[in-house]
Amino acid sequence: MPARAGKLGATLIDAIIPAVASGLLDLLALEPPGWGGNLLRGLVSSVEIAVGAYVMGLLIGIGGAYGKLYGGPVVRDLLGLYTTIVRAVPELVLILMLYFAGTDLVNRVLIAFGHQAVDINGLIAGIGVLGIVQGAYSTEVLRGAILAIPQGQVEAARAYGMSPGLLLRRITLPAMLPFAIPGLANLWLIATKDTALLAIVGFNELTQTTRLAAGATKAYFTFFLAAGALYLALTLFSNVIIGRVERWARRGMPSLTETR
Amino acid sequence: MAETPAVAAVRKGGGWLQPHRIVLISIALAIVLASIFYLRWDWLPAYLPLAVQGIWRTIWLLAVTSVLGIALAIPLGLAQAAGPWALAAPARAFCTIIRGTPLLLQLWLLYYGLGSLFPQIPWIRDSFLWPYLRQAWPYGVLSLTLSFAGYEGEVMRGAFAGVPKGQLEAARAFGMRRWTAFRRIWLPQALHRALPTLAGETVLQLKATPLVATITMVDIYAVASRVRQDTFITYEPLLLLAAVYMAVTGIIVLAFRRLEARFPARVG
Repeated sequence: MPARAGKLGATLIDAIIPAVASGLLDLLALEPPGWGGNLLRGLVSSVEIAVGAYVMGLLIGIGGAYGKLYGGPVVRDLLGLYTTIVRAVPELVLILMLYFAGTDLVNRVLIAFGHQAVDINGLIAGIGVLGIVQGAYSTEVLRGAILAIPQGQVEAARAYGMSPGLLLRRITLPAMLPFAIPGLANLWLIATKDTALLAIVGFNELTQTTRLAAGATKAYFTFFLAAGALYLALTLFSNVIIGRVERWARRGMPSLTETR
Repeated sequence: MAETPAVAAVRKGGGWLQPHRIVLISIALAIVLASIFYLRWDWLPAYLPLAVQGIWRTIWLLAVTSVLGIALAIPLGLAQAAGPWALAAPARAFCTIIRGTPLLLQLWLLYYGLGSLFPQIPWIRDSFLWPYLRQAWPYGVLSLTLSFAGYEGEVMRGAFAGVPKGQLEAARAFGMRRWTAFRRIWLPQALHRALPTLAGETVLQLKATPLVATITMVDIYAVASRVRQDTFITYEPLLLLAAVYMAVTGIIVLAFRRLEARFPARVG
């Protein structure tokens, strides 16, 4: 066995040394012969899509949560249908459907109104598709958070004669925030990782760029590990920010840790 | 707490079948009928055997990776909840890395990365595993299993930590050995706590399975893609695909609901 292990070590070193010799750092260099610049550009477009999709999801989520809680019976059922379908069908399938159907629909509308068919910008399409997916999850998170607000606060606001808009802005949104932030933080992390799925429809975000780089140089391990490190760094950085935001949103409330 | 309209409707005894629902259901039926008659389904008979095989493969993949993943997640969770630092730190690092990177990237790292490394190592090429390692499915199973273990390890950590201390102290007072106490008290109560989360996570795992189509495994998603490439029919296979996934999701949710009902409602 030791001989075998030694052999394995030797082959591993044989496999790795040439890679190092040919310049691992050259492969990841920021200048054009290296692919580092491309990876970083991929990361930037991943973050752009994630931010766009997240914001769009939040807007859908606020509307959806209000509709589910206070809307009429038809609105509630339709929203229930939306959240159920989106949460039951794989993102990959939804992305393909919305990508094809969405661009097709926009072009048909454009042609019907006498315009030229356009190529939909990949960034916009990606944001739209992931935003619709995120919206379903945000709806559920925000609905739960609004239900968790102590009812006396809302009643007090009504007793003060606040209009519904003012009530939303001054009471409901700030009061639900501490309940919503863990779920919303999770959704942000999911959004950053779901951008990788756009590689399937050929959008040049981080994962797709990595695959191209790896395919061109045959250094699969190097590039996939590098991309993994970038995603992980994004997640860890997000976690730090989320921790701060959570502390800010929960200011003045009893500590969450170990209340049991 | 003011009632939401939904609660109020149920209270009033309106029940599930209200007038507006009948209208909505008939609209939905009309849409389904229209899609049956106006969309193209003539490709279906030719691809039906392949589709059935694909559905079977998807379910097989889901079952195998979930069971293996849970088996891995229990020690991962236990190590984080109660293990010494030397075990807890690697377990936490594993969960963080798995949860911090996209599954697609993990899958491609294993398939393309390991797949390109293995042929360079002679004793792997000579071993009895080599015929399997040249296929795609071991990499798909491995990466889906590790991913499930990473997410569930975190869930199980919370579940183990959430079992009341008194339960374990009572077990010790009864003179149970540590293994017996773990097997009879700690693990069942932790699993009971984790069960509602596990139902959701299993649905998420189902939704992760189509990714294996990108490494040439032929699951139901890959079958739909093939129909699209062969016949240039775009929407119909995707609609059918969505219906299949919704059906499987429904089955998973129902199965977990029955499983939860079999447990006693109050533990601890």
